[in-house]
Amino acid sequence: MSVPKVEAFARALRGEVVTSVRTASAAKVASRVSTLGEAFDDIESARTEAARIKDEVLDRLRDLLLEFEARATARRIQVHWASDAAEANRVVLEICRRVAEPGAIVAKAKSMATEEIGLNSALEGAGFRPIETDLGEYVVQIDGDHPSHIVTPIIHKNRVDVARSFVREGLGPYTEDPAELTMQARAKLRDVFRQASVGVSGANFLIAETGRIVLVENEGNNRFSTTAPRVHIAVAGIEKLLPSERELPLFLKLLAGSATGQRLTTYVHLISGPREANDPDGPEEVHVIFLDNGRTRVLEGRYREILRCIRCGACLNVCPVYRQVSGHAYRHVYSGPIGAVLAPALEGIDAIGDLAKASTLCGACEEVCPVKIPIPRMLLELRDEAARAGLGKRDIPWKRFATLAGSELLWRAGLTLLPIARKLPSALGREWAQKREMPMREGRSFREWWRERS
Amino acid sequence: MTVRLMLTCLCDAFYGEVGIATVEVLQRIGCRVEFPAEQTCCGQPPFNAGDWAASRAVAERCRTVFELDDPASVVVTPSSSCAAMLREGYAMLFPDWTLRAQVFEFGEFLVRHRGIVEWPGRLRREEPIRAVYHRACHGRGLHLGDLHERLLGTVEGIEWVGLPQAEQCCGFGGAFSATHPKVSTGIGMEKLAQVATTGAEMLVSGDMGCLMHLKGLLSRQHSPIEVRHFAQVLAEAQ
Repeated sequence: MSVPKVEAFARALRGEVVTSVRTASAAKVASRVSTLGEAFDDIESARTEAARIKDEVLDRLRDLLLEFEARATARRIQVHWASDAAEANRVVLEICRRVAEPGAIVAKAKSMATEEIGLNSALEGAGFRPIETDLGEYVVQIDGDHPSHIVTPIIHKNRVDVARSFVREGLGPYTEDPAELTMQARAKLRDVFRQASVGVSGANFLIAETGRIVLVENEGNNRFSTTAPRVHIAVAGIEKLLPSERELPLFLKLLAGSATGQRLTTYVHLISGPREANDPDGPEEVHVIFLDNGRTRVLEGRYREILRCIRCGACLNVCPVYRQVSGHAYRHVYSGPIGAVLAPALEGIDAIGDLAKASTLCGACEEVCPVKIPIPRMLLELRDEAARAGLGKRDIPWKRFATLAGSELLWRAGLTLLPIARKLPSALGREWAQKREMPMREGRSFREWWRERS
Repeated sequence: MTVRLMLTCLCDAFYGEVGIATVEVLQRIGCRVEFPAEQTCCGQPPFNAGDWAASRAVAERCRTVFELDDPASVVVTPSSSCAAMLREGYAMLFPDWTLRAQVFEFGEFLVRHRGIVEWPGRLRREEPIRAVYHRACHGRGLHLGDLHERLLGTVEGIEWVGLPQAEQCCGFGGAFSATHPKVSTGIGMEKLAQVATTGAEMLVSGDMGCLMHLKGLLSRQHSPIEVRHFAQVLAEAQ
């Protein structure tokens, strides 16, 4: 029996990683529940309303994108369209080459879209120096690692790991105190903000009616990255739109509560364009790059609702599988339950459709999702699609099972033989019995009992 | 009233006592129980594995055996997993078909359909027993909430303690338990670690899928924790 990739990854994973992920995830699940309970009189109707709004955005996507473009352009925000990762990177590089010297520093605010397109390696390849300014992303970058969570990128590391990395990078004397570690990073990153020629961010929401860019954060590095450099570039998936700013309070509360258990993030930025003549500071140019990269195809297909996602990460935190395997097991920028659908929806099931099988289908993800994405249903549909495409190994002969279950006689014969069959060597039985006893008949047989009494 | 018992394949194969307990409880509340002997499986295992063709073959048989097109047919099953398959899974398998029969998970039938909110009776034990309840995940789609815990809470002779991180799955997941054994048992051990924090002597759930998996882990560890289905606790309380 071949070992599925997620399972193989879990078998090789260090115990400390599982502990880090489990502890942090459980804490966030608890704070999410209490915060959302306080923030909303009726969280269920808030989620239903948010899902409805995102569906409306998806239904009217083309019109809303054009509306955003018109409004943003009127604010002197330059709007670009990128059909794939390469095109998005090309747009960023063209801007950087025009406004910055070779070797210039590019300050990066945290952004999953730029992870998705591999912007850092594109910038490095062109001779620029991208530096991640979100603390977690900075640690990921100096370690040559990848984020393992869409909100908390170093959930798989502990403070000892971070302390060692900082000493190695010469940030200061060894300390395991989180506050001191943060101050060491702060000193380093202040220089980055002072020197950077370009700041690159993502976008949490883009408002069609006003053409503004909305960013939420807790560390203040987004504020620096988007205001100190001469040029600010925001890279965002086309699905990140909201119709108007009237929807913002609902979404800001849902996002902060679901992601980090906060009533509101420490900072909420509404970016209205480049600096005006009288402004004391701010960037001279602001750009928005809309990224398609497979999204239009997803929009037309069976997994359309996955584009409602606002990247809160609540489904990762609550997912029992994610807690055992961590984000890297998913082999994609988007991990956990959302990744198990979004990754194959964007990349194709032949590339990464196996993720759909690495789930118990427990439904906790759908229960916490602020926009009610039916993730378990989509995982089932992905499994069906993969099976019809002849992908994946068939470990269990379901056709034979169906024959057995198709006749009372065969079924009962099978049940009679079960006590013998369970002793026969089988690959699946071996896997089951590694840490568990095999089930056996306990007490009376129901059918015999029923026959005797009637 | 007359109800049809869907035994579930696990109770058919291993846990006959759970089926017997379910019948005893249903009779105690005045139901006439039918057991269609032609029943086999609801088709969920191949459905979850992605083999919908195999699943449809099994499910079509189940539709006939339990007369799922008939609004007068009342089906009760001691498993939220099988009930969810009939109510939600079949809608995906057969988009043009509508479930007309009334299908209930066992606890749901008692509380929501029969309006039973108290279970007078006492466990036949000398000492009160400390117990935890594990909510089976398929109860989510059925919106079962805490209805099992509420009813069980009225049984005398049991000291119920809350299970921390109750929203967490047991890790069974059907075929997943064999295709992803490291992940499956890792989740199961985490669940049992939470059970251990409560000092419970008895673990109760409404689904033998969860309990088969947890029982397998517990017996490998020679744990003294007793594992019981919801129906068995009600049947034992006299």
